[in-house]
Amino acid sequence: MTDIDLSAQETELSHATLPRGAQWLVAIAAAALGGLSLVLGAGIVGAVAVGGLAFVLGYPLWALLVENRRSATDKLVTGLVWTAFGVAVIPLIWLIYMVVARGTAAISPEFLTYSMRSVTGDEQGGLYHALMGTLIVTGIAALISIPIGIMTAIYLIEYGKGSRLAKAITFLVDVMTGIPSIVAGLFAFALFTLVVGPGTRFGFGGGVALSLLMIPTVVRSTEEMLKLVPDDLREAAYALGVPKWRTITKMVLPTAVGGIVTGVVLSISRVIGETAPLLVASGFNPNMNTNALEDSPMMTVPVFIYTQLSEATAKGVEYAWGGALVLFVLVMALNLIARIVGTIFAPKTGR
Amino acid sequence: MVAVRDEAVGEAADGSVAGAAVGISGRGSVGDIVFRGFAVAAAALILVALAAVFIFLGIEGIPGFDVDEQHYAGQGSFLGLVVPLLFATMYAAVLALIIAVPFSVAIALFISHYAPRRIAVPVAYVIDLLAAVPSVVFGLWGAVALGPYLVPAHGWLAENLAWLPFFDGQPSGNGRTLFTAAIVLAVMILPIITSICREVFAQTPRLHEEAALALGATRWEMVRYAVFPYARSGMVSAVMLGLGRALGETMAIAMIASPKVVVSLFVIGTQNPQTIAAHIAQGYKESTPDRLSVLIATGLVLFAFTFLVNALARWIVARGRAK
Amino acid sequence: MNTTSLRRALVPGITAATLALAISACGAANEQNSGSDGEGTLSGTIKGGGASSQEKGQAAWVAGIQDANPDLSVVYEPVGSGSGREGFVSGGYLFAGTDSALNDDEGELSKAKEKCGADPIQVPAYVSPIAVAFNVEGVDELNLDAETLSAIFSGKITKWNDEAITALNSEADLPDTAITPVHRSDDSGTQENFTDYLSQAGGWSEKPDGEWPAGIKVGEGADGTAGVVTALQGAGYIGFLDESAARENDLTTVKVKVGEDFVEPTPEAAAKILAASKPAGLSDNDLAVEVARTTTEAGVYPVVLVSYLLACPSYENAEDAANVKGYLEYVLSEEGQQASADEAGSAPLDREIADKALELVSGIK
Repeated sequence: MTDIDLSAQETELSHATLPRGAQWLVAIAAAALGGLSLVLGAGIVGAVAVGGLAFVLGYPLWALLVENRRSATDKLVTGLVWTAFGVAVIPLIWLIYMVVARGTAAISPEFLTYSMRSVTGDEQGGLYHALMGTLIVTGIAALISIPIGIMTAIYLIEYGKGSRLAKAITFLVDVMTGIPSIVAGLFAFALFTLVVGPGTRFGFGGGVALSLLMIPTVVRSTEEMLKLVPDDLREAAYALGVPKWRTITKMVLPTAVGGIVTGVVLSISRVIGETAPLLVASGFNPNMNTNALEDSPMMTVPVFIYTQLSEATAKGVEYAWGGALVLFVLVMALNLIARIVGTIFAPKTGR
Repeated sequence: MVAVRDEAVGEAADGSVAGAAVGISGRGSVGDIVFRGFAVAAAALILVALAAVFIFLGIEGIPGFDVDEQHYAGQGSFLGLVVPLLFATMYAAVLALIIAVPFSVAIALFISHYAPRRIAVPVAYVIDLLAAVPSVVFGLWGAVALGPYLVPAHGWLAENLAWLPFFDGQPSGNGRTLFTAAIVLAVMILPIITSICREVFAQTPRLHEEAALALGATRWEMVRYAVFPYARSGMVSAVMLGLGRALGETMAIAMIASPKVVVSLFVIGTQNPQTIAAHIAQGYKESTPDRLSVLIATGLVLFAFTFLVNALARWIVARGRAK
Repeated sequence: MNTTSLRRALVPGITAATLALAISACGAANEQNSGSDGEGTLSGTIKGGGASSQEKGQAAWVAGIQDANPDLSVVYEPVGSGSGREGFVSGGYLFAGTDSALNDDEGELSKAKEKCGADPIQVPAYVSPIAVAFNVEGVDELNLDAETLSAIFSGKITKWNDEAITALNSEADLPDTAITPVHRSDDSGTQENFTDYLSQAGGWSEKPDGEWPAGIKVGEGADGTAGVVTALQGAGYIGFLDESAARENDLTTVKVKVGEDFVEPTPEAAAKILAASKPAGLSDNDLAVEVARTTTEAGVYPVVLVSYLLACPSYENAEDAANVKGYLEYVLSEEGQQASADEAGSAPLDREIADKALELVSGIK
């Protein structure tokens, strides 16, 4: 879209226009103004704000004087859009900087291989138990969600098209996307309180809670991918007399596998950082615990961050940032995997 | 199940491949019946799961509607507790939306219509990255970094904008307020709204846009008269999804704002309305069974409420499409 | 060809899954040979729970006894005093920690009696000073008495240069700025003991409770000790928290008026409180005390948290009995009390009371 810039030619034909490079002139003036306010002691943030405001308002103002109202509005909006972008990346950069800078200070080989068992005072502890807990709990969630999610999507696309059940399921999946994560945790907690006993908090409960959050994303992404599989493929298989289920497993799924795997990995990366449901459903535990089925709490990285922060000690805060970095790397790695898988298997549908 | 199959067969007349396949090769094949059974069972399981959420929260939570009044955090009754909590939940979410929506739309426009392609692609990636940051990390950042940083802003707002009820009062001296929490919440829902808006903007028919430009429209006029009308229902659904996420967000608010069960519009003070989700997260750890059932009951209310909001969103979107 | 692409995706997936399982099979590096030098003979697992105020102390004791007995695991769940007592009565916990002594107001004592088959053992185990910390620029020392504290936390005093405060601090340069008192928004033993102090010594109008009274409309609520610490970063704030947390985070603390002196919150000053307190036990097995909040004895710090341990005099399972006995003996020993003092900043128990408690505990069978 951006390559068609007709507005410039249009104005040239009809009336006076700003000189070429006008935006640079304004930018320099705005920067000077910003610099001036910095000298006058407005602080970096203040100076940037003054400079930015001067540009966003000054450029359209000039256009209003030389050109016309419409052109000025256009330039104002353009300035605002760019500003919005600039403002929105600030928290992201700030956040990533803090996680990396303060996280790396905490990370050491011991931090990654120790648990918090019998760790008191300034002794070295670690989040190995939490890391394993996260892998196990998320693994359980994935084991539950992937088959259910993919089969549901298959039903919706291949079998149920237009049926009342399919419509209801589509609606419910949409609604499920909006389940507050803490409600998922409470559900798992309530369920196992009744099934196992009061106050049950264990790894499997966390897995069930997360799967409730994961299923809709898996269904959604798989559905989108199955929709992309051209009907010609299916028709060709049917014409050869291939049974429907074999068509789906041998033709449709393999064609869509790249997108499905990408969607699944992304959905894992969405739930791996969930805190509230795990806080409620799997609890916290300073010890190593690899048995998700035993009635004993299982630590996870997000909960580790939260509990370390509540220690109210300098070490606790440091460990919390360390945990944040580990979690961040995990999530980024999953996103990267999803992207790589996505490009390798990218469907060639001419889109 | 039979009925479903009949419907599917019926659809074969409309040229649906799915129906045709059942008609040709579906009957009699054991593999087909089993596979289809699995698919239907999986789909039905979703129904069951949602019902189970209601049922189990109900079993554990309903006793919480009426227990000894000491368990209602000094509010006397369940309604006395849940009404302020529900108010705060909506209030925080709406505040976050007010901040996030203009930014999201602007960034989506930036990516789809304003930025040069070599900037737009990485920007889109970076915004998606924001969506992947776990909420507990956002909470950590908001509590440790952003909150203290915003203290002067709190003072400024209280001094200069006190005629607005949101800023009328003694400002907080440590930034642990709903104002800070709402900003963090806004950053958290921004990627969701942006990515959906971006997609619908990009789907605007090229012909509409080119026609607008050919008529002499500036870029902004093209966006306003060609892109926005086309994308309206998509934008509404994006906002509703953001709202849904904001309603259920727990950790960021629990870690940032100093809570109080109260109905108040004042967002920069020391007593910030407590949301349902944060109330549960902070209360569950030291809970007797009675108190726990109260918390679960509030969770049930939150679930029912977000259910309604989401259903409403779908309805609006469906109506928008039908037009 | 399509099938192979499916397989191509499956194989790495399965490999990754097995790899993950293989990794999780090995334990944490610090757990593998932990305490192999210990010579204790206790083995098995005992589980207790209750007051979260004891959490750090329990962590120190658990570490100590596990180091000495490599085959023993002690689990303490910081679920809160109420849940701890409930778990003890229902048999889920073999021992429990509680901030308020077991009584029969809600029939808990009778139920516990029934459960144990005799009067349950209740001994003070964890005494920790509660510091009142504040943040006023340029003020490093502040003296307050119970009445003034009470007035500050109930919102009757709103400025730092209020006469009531300046009268006690003639040397400090107190500004004309607002006071923001911070309290706990969660249910807390620290809060219960602090309000108990205010109501006994400072004319506090509300009932002492772990939950902040809803009737007081001023001040800022903070979740947990960590919440109080971050809230206190704000200028003009004042709040109460465990003394060790105040020290750890370099917060400036208030000296509290006792008799004619102003006493700093230190473990040493807090340790003297038990000796000055009256016994309030309901049976021979109950060593609960009524903490002397109004003491005027020099050098005693009355704003303390006293937390108890609950156990049965006898258990059905001999191993459980031996483990609980061993654990409690360690907790009450000089070594155990020193361990929690080092790690959690608590005040070591007065030996006279500790010895009495040890005598009770050594009878567990």
